Amino acid sequence: MSTITTGVYSRTYRQDFLLRRTWLERARLALVLLAIAVAPFLLSVYWLEVATQIAIAAIGAIGLNILVGFTGQISLGQGGFLAVGAFTAGLTAIHTGLNPLAGVALAGVVGAVVGGFFGLPALRLKGLYLAIATLASQVIITWSIIHLSFLGAAEPLAIVEPATVFGWTVSGTWEWFWVIAAFAAVAAVLATNLFRTGVGRAFVAIRDQDIAAEAVGVNVAGYKILAFALSSAFAGVAGALTAYRDTFLTWESFTFEISILYLAMIIVGGLGSVSGAIYGAAFIIGLQAFLQELGGNLQGSFPSVQENLPAIQQIIFGLTIVLFLIFEPRGLARIWQRSKDYLRLWPFRY
Amino acid sequence: MVFLPELTRAYRHNLNGSSLERGATQLEVKDVSLRFGGVQALEDVSLAVRQGGIHAVIGPNGAGKTSLLNCISGLYRPQRGSIALQNGKRHELTKARPSRIAKWGVARSFQNIELFKHMTVLENLMLGRHTHMRHNVLTALLYWGPAERQEIRERELVEEVVDFLELQAFRKQEVGRLSYGFQKRVELGRALCIQPAVLVLDEPMAGMNTEEKEDMARFILDVNELAGVTVVLIEHDMGVVMDISDRVTVLDFGRVIADGEPAQVSSDPAVIEAYLGEQRAA
Ligand SMILES: Nc1ncnc2c1ncn2[C@@H]1O[C@H](COP(=O)(O)OP(=O)(O)OP(=O)(O)O)[C@@H](O)[C@H]1O
Ligand SMILES: [Mg+2]
Repeated sequence: MSTITTGVYSRTYRQDFLLRRTWLERARLALVLLAIAVAPFLLSVYWLEVATQIAIAAIGAIGLNILVGFTGQISLGQGGFLAVGAFTAGLTAIHTGLNPLAGVALAGVVGAVVGGFFGLPALRLKGLYLAIATLASQVIITWSIIHLSFLGAAEPLAIVEPATVFGWTVSGTWEWFWVIAAFAAVAAVLATNLFRTGVGRAFVAIRDQDIAAEAVGVNVAGYKILAFALSSAFAGVAGALTAYRDTFLTWESFTFEISILYLAMIIVGGLGSVSGAIYGAAFIIGLQAFLQELGGNLQGSFPSVQENLPAIQQIIFGLTIVLFLIFEPRGLARIWQRSKDYLRLWPFRY
Repeated sequence: MVFLPELTRAYRHNLNGSSLERGATQLEVKDVSLRFGGVQALEDVSLAVRQGGIHAVIGPNGAGKTSLLNCISGLYRPQRGSIALQNGKRHELTKARPSRIAKWGVARSFQNIELFKHMTVLENLMLGRHTHMRHNVLTALLYWGPAERQEIRERELVEEVVDFLELQAFRKQEVGRLSYGFQKRVELGRALCIQPAVLVLDEPMAGMNTEEKEDMARFILDVNELAGVTVVLIEHDMGVVMDISDRVTVLDFGRVIADGEPAQVSSDPAVIEAYLGEQRAA
């Protein structure tokens, strides 16, 4: 919702429910799609890789935001659910040669089931206690990947078969970018739709006031599990895409730090906002890549910076999150909203 | 003959969710006892709420009024007794989840407003429609077919409630930003959207100024008289209780000390004693 609504009128409830009702809003969407389409021609290979990672992270972050931002259930387990998706897709690709699209879908389903299961503590626990419990899910999942010998996943795995869908083999940086950007766009649309309906409203109701939610007839326990399942389904899909693209799979890419990183994305981007999750993913992954590149450029002239890069990165991350929490707890999504309102009024000011 | 056009907007939806005839027992509380550790919040409480009436529950602070409502809506589990709702068939409420009870037609408001405060008025009211909607994650994600049609259909009823409670100006405002009085009104609206068999209101007028109280009393009367909804309400203001209710139950220290018509109850010595005792202590 924008803060300026004067001049937009609806004649039917259907119209009133539309997501984009002014030409400006539609034009902006077209611009974003255009930018995605032409990005491969404008970006260097390095930044195109980064953009691809951002798109993957956006899917996972949207999922996490459904759970944390919209439903109010803090989770430190997103890394684990990404791993579930990645290994589901990777192992089926290696052992069965399943169609990658089916593999992605399967990863989503398995992610949902595992996520729903690890959501069970949410029926008893809230807030920080729940966060600790979800931490356990992260630990249990990585432990299982390493120690369940029938998975054979203790050592890194390689997917030899290239991802081929209907005769088309996805290869090269820009093809992967388009494919994954398309997945991210679909994820964003699905999540946005969700919050136009009763299911999404039930999630937000649980976040805002769970007793009242129950009293108006929302099965709070069921919806909490559903939120975990949905969130992990998104993570599963993101994990699967990582596996197919990297063709290389190790549990070490899905550690606890990854979970924290995803939490950082939605905090910086804006809790309870689909676009916020995307901004957050872009910000965090982009910042990481920028610092990486900066470090590379400084190599030679400032060896000490290069040496301490991981530490400097951590500090900048921590600082950014703290600054966001202090100055704009509603994140980049809110900042973007404010700039839009400002621009719409330009050159007139209050 | 002069043809007079219809001036009032006709409501298409019936907000009353009960099919019982007027005067039949809608809700029967029988020998309910509830204890918290050493506190006996309710002791052998019995009362019968009749379809179409406004049933007031009064009593001094800490008498157990809210506890009784919480037992009815399933938030508390009494150790003994039964609470039966007659809607279609007999539903036993003491063993059911609150969301189940809401689905059976018990809607409530809370003593300390419990709205979804980051949501708009419309969204809060739409949540009142939750039990009447079919929820399917897949169609929701696609916002496709049935999911969209359902949103539009339920919005129509919600708009009638918006009209009824004169909330038009606030449709898309976040409820957390509304004044206290309007928040209370939205909470009433959310409960009404359930199309309740019994509408349970915990101090709907507490903390309001006289004008807001008058508005709220009028809405409750309209809900009862025009829409035919059965109301159970807790209220401290004796004037209001005597004016709008047709049945009063008085609780004191978790027991029913009087039950009957307002006039009869207000002259009951035990009631006077309970209230005077409170005043003396205060
Ligand atoms: N969840 C709870 N845990 C422990 N004790 C409780 C709980 N809820 C209520 N009580 C106790 O039960 C008794 C009745 O409380 P209740 O809230 O039902 O009173 P009330 O009649 O609604 O009072 P008021 O007019 O102040 O709202 C009080 O002694 C209260 O302390
Ligand atoms: Mg009370």
